[in-house]
Amino acid sequence: MVPLSYYLVLSGILFACGVLGFLIKRNIITIFMSIELMLNGVNLSFVAFAAHWHALSGQVFVFFVMVVAAAEAAVGLAIIIAVYRTRETLNVDRVNLLKL
Amino acid sequence: MTPNPYLWLVPLLPLAGAAINGFFGRRSSRKAITAVALVFCGLAFLLAVVIAARFSSASAPYYFNLAHWLRSGSFQVDFSFYLDQLSLVMLLVVTGVGFLIHIYSVGYMWDDDGYYRFMSYMNLFMFFMLTLVLAKNYLVMFIGWEGVGLASYLLIGYWFTKDSAASAGKKAFIVNRIGDFGFLIALFLMIKHFGSLDFTHVFAAVRPLSPETAGTGLLTAIGLLLMVGAAGKSAQIPLYVWLPDAMEGPTPVSALIHAATMVTAGVYMVARSSVIFERAPTAMMAVAIIGTLTALFAATIGIAQTDIKKVLAYSTISQLGYMFMACGVGAFSAGIFHLMTHAFFKGLLFLAAGSVIHGIGGEQDMRKMGGLRLYMPWTFATMGIATLAIAGIPPFAGFWSKDEILWKAFNASWVYWLIGVITAFITSFYMFRLMYMTFGGEYRGAVVQQAHGHDGHDAHGHGQGHGHGEPHESPWVMLGPLVILAVLSVVGGFVGYGNRFEHFLAPVFQGAMEVAQETSHEAVDHTLEYLLMGVSISVAVLGWLLAYLLYSRHPQLPARIAAKLDGLYQAVAHKYYIDELYDALFVKPLIEGSTTILWHDIDQGVIDAAVNDSADAARHVSDNVRHMQSGNLRSYAGWVAAGGAVVIAYMIWMGVR
Repeated sequence: MVPLSYYLVLSGILFACGVLGFLIKRNIITIFMSIELMLNGVNLSFVAFAAHWHALSGQVFVFFVMVVAAAEAAVGLAIIIAVYRTRETLNVDRVNLLKL
Repeated sequence: MTPNPYLWLVPLLPLAGAAINGFFGRRSSRKAITAVALVFCGLAFLLAVVIAARFSSASAPYYFNLAHWLRSGSFQVDFSFYLDQLSLVMLLVVTGVGFLIHIYSVGYMWDDDGYYRFMSYMNLFMFFMLTLVLAKNYLVMFIGWEGVGLASYLLIGYWFTKDSAASAGKKAFIVNRIGDFGFLIALFLMIKHFGSLDFTHVFAAVRPLSPETAGTGLLTAIGLLLMVGAAGKSAQIPLYVWLPDAMEGPTPVSALIHAATMVTAGVYMVARSSVIFERAPTAMMAVAIIGTLTALFAATIGIAQTDIKKVLAYSTISQLGYMFMACGVGAFSAGIFHLMTHAFFKGLLFLAAGSVIHGIGGEQDMRKMGGLRLYMPWTFATMGIATLAIAGIPPFAGFWSKDEILWKAFNASWVYWLIGVITAFITSFYMFRLMYMTFGGEYRGAVVQQAHGHDGHDAHGHGQGHGHGEPHESPWVMLGPLVILAVLSVVGGFVGYGNRFEHFLAPVFQGAMEVAQETSHEAVDHTLEYLLMGVSISVAVLGWLLAYLLYSRHPQLPARIAAKLDGLYQAVAHKYYIDELYDALFVKPLIEGSTTILWHDIDQGVIDAAVNDSADAARHVSDNVRHMQSGNLRSYAGWVAAGGAVVIAYMIWMGVR
């Protein structure tokens, strides 16, 4: 039996990778993928706790997160395509029209 | 109590005149201005005469409460007026002499551009002076006291475009502030210990106290502080320096404010506070010593002055010294008597000097006068009478009052008497010197230059419009007051004949009498009195003779004597360098200190710096902090992540503990 702490450490590492990627990457697609990584890191801790405590609510949460993430991916990718069409770049530092 | 409900009108009439002329004078004709100024001032005089006629000693003092002013617990001050024998005398002197000088001013100032302003200030002065002498409590008196200071400032600096006049006004104001400071502290002490500033309350509280023979105490402190105030207003050592400079004002101002009325306010105040002073022997002695020293000191300076008004100014200081000497030895009524006669003859001297200055086109240097008796006989005659009066030649007014003071001073101590007699000799000398230099000999001025008159020495610029070729007699509007004052200078002294004046004032100085009685009852020896009288008359005549010898017989002698006594002469001519001394001791350090310490170090270095530095600090900090608000989404995300990391680290650390 793998102890709970292993799952949690892995979950933390995944989440940290996501944060790091979100902060240092410039490409919108990579940033988008980093967000997915953070979500999945959290999902991992949810299911780990659910298994550990034998409680189903954790798994239900994971389904909800996956649904939202799927919807987000659809909307997000659409936005990315729209941005690319107008700006011809996916570099976030150059998508700064709203910044003074 | 014979009610005289119009008492309060006396000061308010001139105030109305001042207001009308001050607000509407600029657009009025000169005739209208004259009418307003003279009518309101004359009405005040008439009213004063009516009040005097209805005055009866039996019912004095009379009070009139005009309005409430301050109420604070048990302490209260009202706008209230007070009429007793002392204020009645002052009332008549101020309104009478003041009215005459107003008439004179019409002639003297007619050609001046600021005629309405001048008349308005003069009326304003009358208002404050009458408030001062009619006040029933020290605070209303203080209003008048400050008000005459203000009027004096305005009138000294009347020709304010002239730098010397403007700074003379400032000097008078600032030196007077020093005195007022003492006066104020005395008032605070009274409030603290007697709970009132009302004359009747304060004096009632003081009367039961026994004299502070030990030398120190509350009454001594109050007395000394009041004397500081009096020394400022009445130009006594060490605060006399402003009065000679005040001669920068127009001559009627010098006559009214700096000879006849305002400068005597200090004497009046000391006499009014006689109840306090007589119970504070140390303060009395200080008054007597200051008065005696000032009398002698100022008289010696008067010898070497060449400006006709400066001579009279030092003479005024010296005569005021006599008055304080009288008050200091407990002879308050003699002091007030001299105040009255002095108002007549010194007012006359100044007006006559003004007539001379007017007649020769603004020249004030006596070395450029001479021989004027032929050109202006009326001025000569009246000024001669005034000179005889101030020198103490009987039967002129000054003789009676000065002799009274010297007699009382002798009873106190022969030292006061001796200095007084020496001063009388010097007074007689410099006054006759002035007469001989001005009216005797030949005219030494710029003679008969028809075209451009007075070759630029028209210092005051009031002579425009006169083609000053020859000296000329002044118009009758100016000579009239001179003649009236001359009559008063002749007969004014008889008021004091047979001690009538003293008896009249006796109720006011009742307390003082009790103390004075002890010293004077053994000295009713009339032979001694006549002997002393003889001495003072003979020194006056000697002074005259000396002046005659030096300035009429041998006019070249004074210069030779001056050359021989070079150091002494220079010291006297430069007024003993007192102005320079004060400059080095007080003015310079004050200006230096204010500039380097107060201005540069404290104001700029601390106060301004604190404000500016905190502003700078705020700007620097916000300049750094504003970079957080970059608009860069990922940097915000970074901050959020960092914050989350900190929270997590904190929770872990707390959990571990």
